[in-house]
Amino acid sequence: MLVDISQQPSAGPRGAGAGATWGSAPCPVVVADPSGGVVGTNAAAAVLFPDATAGTWLRDVVPAWIADAHARLRGIVPAPRTAGPGPGTIVHGTVGDRTFEAHPTPTGDGDVMWWLLDDTDRRLAEDALRTERERAAFLAGASSALLSSLNLERCMEVTAELAAQHLADAAVIVAPPRGRKVRLTFCGPDGEVVHRTVQDDVRHLPGLAEALRGFPPVPSRWIDPAAVPAWAVPEGFTGPVGSAVVTPLPGHGVPAGALILLRSGRHTAFTESEEIFARLFASRAGAAMSAARMYAEQAAITATLMRELLPPRLHAVHGVEFAGRYRPAGMAERVGGDFYDVHPAAEEGQETLVVLGDVCGKGLEAAVLTGKIRNTVQALLPLAEDHQRLLGLLNGALMNSHHTRFATLAMASVVRRAGVVRLRVTSAGHPAPLIVRADGTVEQARTRGTLIGAFWDVSSTTAQVELAPGETCLFFTDGITEARGGPLGDEYFGLPRLESALARCAGMPAEAVVEHVQMLAAQWVGRGGHDDMATVAVTAPHHAHLSAVNGHTRGRYTA
Amino acid sequence: MTPPAKSPGAVALGPARDLLWSAVRGGDEHRAATIVVDALETTADAETVLLDLIAPVQAKVGAEWAANRLTVAQEHTATAIHERVIAVLAHRPECRGGTPDGPRVTVACVDGEWHALPARLLAEVLRLRGWRVDFLGSHVPTPHLIAHLHQTGPRAVALSSSIPTHLPTAHMAVTACQAAGVPVIAGGAAFGPDGRYARALGADGWAPDARSAAAVLARGLDRPGPPGVDRGLDDLPHLADQEYTIVAATTHQLVKQTLADLEDRFEPLRGYTERQRRHTAEDLAHIVEYLATSLYVADEDLFTRFILWTADILTARGVPARGLDPALDLLALQLKDFPRACHTLARAREALGHRTPPPKTPGPGKPA
Repeated sequence: MLVDISQQPSAGPRGAGAGATWGSAPCPVVVADPSGGVVGTNAAAAVLFPDATAGTWLRDVVPAWIADAHARLRGIVPAPRTAGPGPGTIVHGTVGDRTFEAHPTPTGDGDVMWWLLDDTDRRLAEDALRTERERAAFLAGASSALLSSLNLERCMEVTAELAAQHLADAAVIVAPPRGRKVRLTFCGPDGEVVHRTVQDDVRHLPGLAEALRGFPPVPSRWIDPAAVPAWAVPEGFTGPVGSAVVTPLPGHGVPAGALILLRSGRHTAFTESEEIFARLFASRAGAAMSAARMYAEQAAITATLMRELLPPRLHAVHGVEFAGRYRPAGMAERVGGDFYDVHPAAEEGQETLVVLGDVCGKGLEAAVLTGKIRNTVQALLPLAEDHQRLLGLLNGALMNSHHTRFATLAMASVVRRAGVVRLRVTSAGHPAPLIVRADGTVEQARTRGTLIGAFWDVSSTTAQVELAPGETCLFFTDGITEARGGPLGDEYFGLPRLESALARCAGMPAEAVVEHVQMLAAQWVGRGGHDDMATVAVTAPHHAHLSAVNGHTRGRYTA
Repeated sequence: MTPPAKSPGAVALGPARDLLWSAVRGGDEHRAATIVVDALETTADAETVLLDLIAPVQAKVGAEWAANRLTVAQEHTATAIHERVIAVLAHRPECRGGTPDGPRVTVACVDGEWHALPARLLAEVLRLRGWRVDFLGSHVPTPHLIAHLHQTGPRAVALSSSIPTHLPTAHMAVTACQAAGVPVIAGGAAFGPDGRYARALGADGWAPDARSAAAVLARGLDRPGPPGVDRGLDDLPHLADQEYTIVAATTHQLVKQTLADLEDRFEPLRGYTERQRRHTAEDLAHIVEYLATSLYVADEDLFTRFILWTADILTARGVPARGLDPALDLLALQLKDFPRACHTLARAREALGHRTPPPKTPGPGKPA
């Protein structure tokens, strides 16, 4: 701000001192003549500058920044062209431990009155506000960056990056050590994140062992920068470590690790407030890492428990193609109440058992019961010769269990003899499998029976089916036929539509048949909800089968 | 069939392409595998075999099917054969790629997308180039994809879609991946020949084919910044007019009403069999879906291209294509309060009016 002194009104008589109006002003006022001599001060100024009595030189009794400004104002010292305040400008500087703005106003007789306004508190408040705003913005940004991922490695990378960018020259994340192995995530001044595992004792860095055990952080002034071991310094870090902060990354009960912040000797050491802020950041980063670690642990547990419940990957067995496809009801689910299995025969010429079923209900609870049924069927495999007996025993096992649910299933014993695939097909309360002939005719297998797990007595009939090359027997659950949707939104997919779709599948490989049926049903449903949908195709291959040569066989492709 | 040769070994593959095409069209898996294994031994380069032999033949399968010169069964069979042949290739010693500590990448098809082969080819190419690839296959529900990203923390996701009507779903998947801190490269016919829809949806990258996709991934994609308040509206501000939402949410009503009104406007419909009426209803549903997609990405040409392609297909099926114009008019009447929808429909009707007898070119992707 430029003050045009020529426009200012006269400010009082020469040497008027305490008697004049300005003499009782609450702020310090110093009057100086053009040659730089003090003309007078008021009471407030006398407290601030006790030596400034009339007749002394301004330069001797007030700080240089006021004397310089005065000299520039009077043209005694030419103002530097490049920098600094121009004539009449308000100047700013310190007096003792406080800061002041000095406003010059001319008096009528050519002197200048310097009004000093104490802005120490305002400046401090403004600085504190700016710092707080920056920190709040940083924490908000850091939180959303940390919350976005549930991947532990990614969380550590983000933490290291943010810390190196905003809090220090370099940051190192130390994962909870296992033995002497310490996993480190570095981010240096170049912003590159590097993972490394070192073999060392964490106690070599003062404060690190404590931080990793969740003890309160060691103040950084206790950490000798020279004691920071070389393994804790990222490669791109130039110059010796000037100061270091080691702070815990608090987790859910157990520490998620520790954060080391490093500054090179060229920069100022960490202040106490910076250290406190680093801990605030570390608490958020630690929470995010703990959540990610917990998610990973839970996901691993779920994956392990789920492995047995997931539909198996089917492949050709003894010259017969088997293919299965499963789509659970819930979008986020992987398992449900439908299931299928293929139990391959030990050797060619014996029967392979295929089972597809549907437990009443959906989701995880239904899936648990499918697991029980699948295990029971596995145990009953030696009796697969007699479908009725197998179903009777399975029914008994279900009736005696605490599950109140029931199930329907269709099964077939499959064997290929002289190019023809023979199936003994039995349904237990389940939609009868459909047979696609080479000419596109679609038939239902003539089998029916009681569902299992509901009545003590069950009975069923078994159909004999023969498949010529290119023909398929499709097992499906009612999730397919009862899929609701279509162009008008409220129709069932229905058996007739499934049959006419299958008529176009004559001659297709088994995988293509299940894929096609699942695709049509999914498209029929569109955006709407649906039940679990499972399909298994048993196909007599046209040509010599490719999968008969598994990938491990070296050399030419031969069937 | 002579697509531009892109690698030195590709030139020699011309005859192999013709042989492979006839093998897969005939459903002869054994012969197809022999041709491919021979080609691998000749060129000694698995990537060339994947991209200059299998990929162009599969592209021809898609084009012939879209032009109605291949049955559904033939198309599925050919694709299944290609899948198995790729699986055989992957186990050959000269095709072992992937290093245990190579960068990790996830390859997946958008939910609703059943054409997995382009994504599968990319997955194999990336594996050959040293990536650790998680191939999630076709029809991947977005929650599964995101759970996978959290569990594996890949460097990027390659998202494939061939049919434009999946673009709204693709958009949801793109924003969800980015919100999880993983950048997305989009690919497939759905994103437009120049990738314009990939850009519109805010994907971090786009590539027209597997080789360029591998190059883009090798250069690296920036990690997406923290998500904004509403990514959907940030990318596509026109969605605020709710036209897409309303058309998509009332698809079934629009189809029903148009079908009912069409009885008066289009005489042949009255004589249709139940089966023909069902086909008409399905065609109408596709028309509304494409209209909604076109509103979603704010590109009227997308809808016009689909309508012209549908006209060609109807003609090929022996169904009068002149039923299309009254259908579009009836839709416009129902959507009279929606200026963008009306303008889109009017543009398509205009194009139908100027339509000359169909040149046999593949369309924007058949709605399966």
